Amino acid sequence: MDINVKTDDVSEKENAFNDSIQAGKVIEPKDWMPEKYRKQLLRMMSQHAHSEVVGMLPEGNWITRAPSLARKAILIAKVQDEAGHGLYIYSAAETLGMDRSEMIDQLLAGKAKYSSIFNYPTISWADIGAIGWLVDGAAIVNQTVLAKCSYGPYSRAMLRICREENFHNKQGYQILAYLMRGTQEQKAMAQDAMNRWWWPALMMFGPSDKESPNSADLLKWKVKLFTNDDLRQRFIDRTVEQAQAIGLKIPDDKLKWNEETRHYDFGEINWDEFFQVINGNGPCNKLRLKQRNDAHTNGQWVRDAAKAYAEKKKTN
Amino acid sequence: MDSNHQWPTWEVFTQKKQGAAHEHAGSVHAPDGEIALLNARDVYGRRQEGVNIWVVPSNAIIASSPEDAGSFFDPANDKMYRSPNFFKTADGLKQI
Amino acid sequence: MMTDLNKALNEFCLRIADNSLIHAQRISEWTGHGPILEEDIAMSNVALDLIGQARGFYTYAAQIEANGKTEDVYAFHRGEREFRNKLMVELPDNKDFGFTMMKLFLNGCFDYLMFRDLMKSTDETISGLAAKSIKEVTYHVRHAGDWVVRLGDGTQESHERVQNSLNELWPFTNELFEQDNIDTLLITNGIAFDKESFRSEWTKMVTEIFAKATLSIPENNTYFPTGGLKGVHTEHFGFLLAEMQYLPRMYPDAVW
Repeated sequence: MDINVKTDDVSEKENAFNDSIQAGKVIEPKDWMPEKYRKQLLRMMSQHAHSEVVGMLPEGNWITRAPSLARKAILIAKVQDEAGHGLYIYSAAETLGMDRSEMIDQLLAGKAKYSSIFNYPTISWADIGAIGWLVDGAAIVNQTVLAKCSYGPYSRAMLRICREENFHNKQGYQILAYLMRGTQEQKAMAQDAMNRWWWPALMMFGPSDKESPNSADLLKWKVKLFTNDDLRQRFIDRTVEQAQAIGLKIPDDKLKWNEETRHYDFGEINWDEFFQVINGNGPCNKLRLKQRNDAHTNGQWVRDAAKAYAEKKKTN
Repeated sequence: MDSNHQWPTWEVFTQKKQGAAHEHAGSVHAPDGEIALLNARDVYGRRQEGVNIWVVPSNAIIASSPEDAGSFFDPANDKMYRSPNFFKTADGLKQI
Repeated sequence: MMTDLNKALNEFCLRIADNSLIHAQRISEWTGHGPILEEDIAMSNVALDLIGQARGFYTYAAQIEANGKTEDVYAFHRGEREFRNKLMVELPDNKDFGFTMMKLFLNGCFDYLMFRDLMKSTDETISGLAAKSIKEVTYHVRHAGDWVVRLGDGTQESHERVQNSLNELWPFTNELFEQDNIDTLLITNGIAFDKESFRSEWTKMVTEIFAKATLSIPENNTYFPTGGLKGVHTEHFGFLLAEMQYLPRMYPDAVW
């Protein structure tokens, strides 16, 4: 069915829209779409973009202290990629009719959400390894799926991002692998990071879909293709072996291979903590917002100057 | 809040290698063409992705509407004689 | 034992490498804090170029010394008095984008002319490193120059701010051209070139951009900071090193 049929009947249009999504059609910016689809996508994409940009902060925190020149270069390139990814996703979101500046204003005002994980502090070098391996690992599971989502610009941005993201994952794992074959102090540093990042990484996939208010719509529209629980399980299954390979212990007594389900069983996630953090009460929520706001305020005169210069050159 | 800080957007097209066509890569914000070009290089050229870049003000692009698709493209459907495969000639010939 | 010429060549490489590394360290402080996402990405690219240059010249320095040193030994296990970077690059930017761009521009123009000459060096490693670096520096000069012009001829506020940056940084540019008997020895051997020979060209390069930017070079400077060649740095430098070197210093046996 053609979703661009000329009819004024919204429900008829919406049915046609739903059918075409089921049939595997990719939606492009100028296609008709239900207002709710547009809003949900915009919410999801802007949150995703904010996460990339805020995500630069905890890792950026270690750029000036990276312990070798090679690590310093890799980390700069990695954090730079996050800026790039934020930029690609903002660009894709702008095709839905909202300016990037408006999205950023929402973030700066504390009205927009971003991934809860970035409200945890990076207090040792091993945390940089843990973020690359666990946090980017979790993100890859998510983004590989999103690359097949129904909205063209989002899916294309994801394809580009997935290509770049594997490097992030590997560099993180390598940092931890080096620490685990190093001195006692280095090993302890790595295990400590594992202990602190494992559970927050699992929380990244969001609460169980039963408690996730937007899941049904997003699944129907193929903005999401799998449930949060599915993706979390997929992440755990592929990560356990990687941890074992370098001798890291996963801080979960209940973690056990289940021959029947062919998946790992795992312990209870502390959702209270998750909701605390997502609602502004994590260790670094205030700091992250302040850092973003400071960068924005500090840069205002620069953005203004370039604009003024462009205006002058136009009129001259 | 102040939304005045927005610079206009520019669409970025990169040429992967000499002789290839430019392909759409994405967009950047920039106050003017020169900075748009530099931004495009920094954002979309980090991984040796091209040999040439175009930037075009986003609002200079005129796009056809999805509603136009039928009238723009379907009329070509019954004119298969434009394709060389349309023409069956003698079997076994290497050319023509 | 190194010959005198090798000693000079080693020192020469360390001077370039230190300057690039310390400059990169300052610029990398911007990652995640730039005035706009696009510029954040651009500054990271500059920092990566400079780190790449530093690594190239450290590696060659180590090769000349031939006693098992690595790039990381030079970067992380030398003290304040052993670093040979110019004072300008170690000055803190304090998240002032105009200051960063002005510094990048002034130093970049110098590096551009220096690498252009070094491409003709009789030492093939040096000429090779210079040929790679000059492409990067050409872009830095364009990028920073574009911004100096836009900030200088932008708003009243941006004009004042970037003029202040120029006033503050200008006296430090004198040190860029300093040379000593190390240079003399290398110049005699066709490995390096007299920096004074491109001073007027440098002045022309920066003056042209300042004219476009409606900026003026400060006059009546009475004090020209110096010390990099002898490892006598500003008060800021110790803090920069403390931060940069803390992990390898704290765990000297560790591999990262």
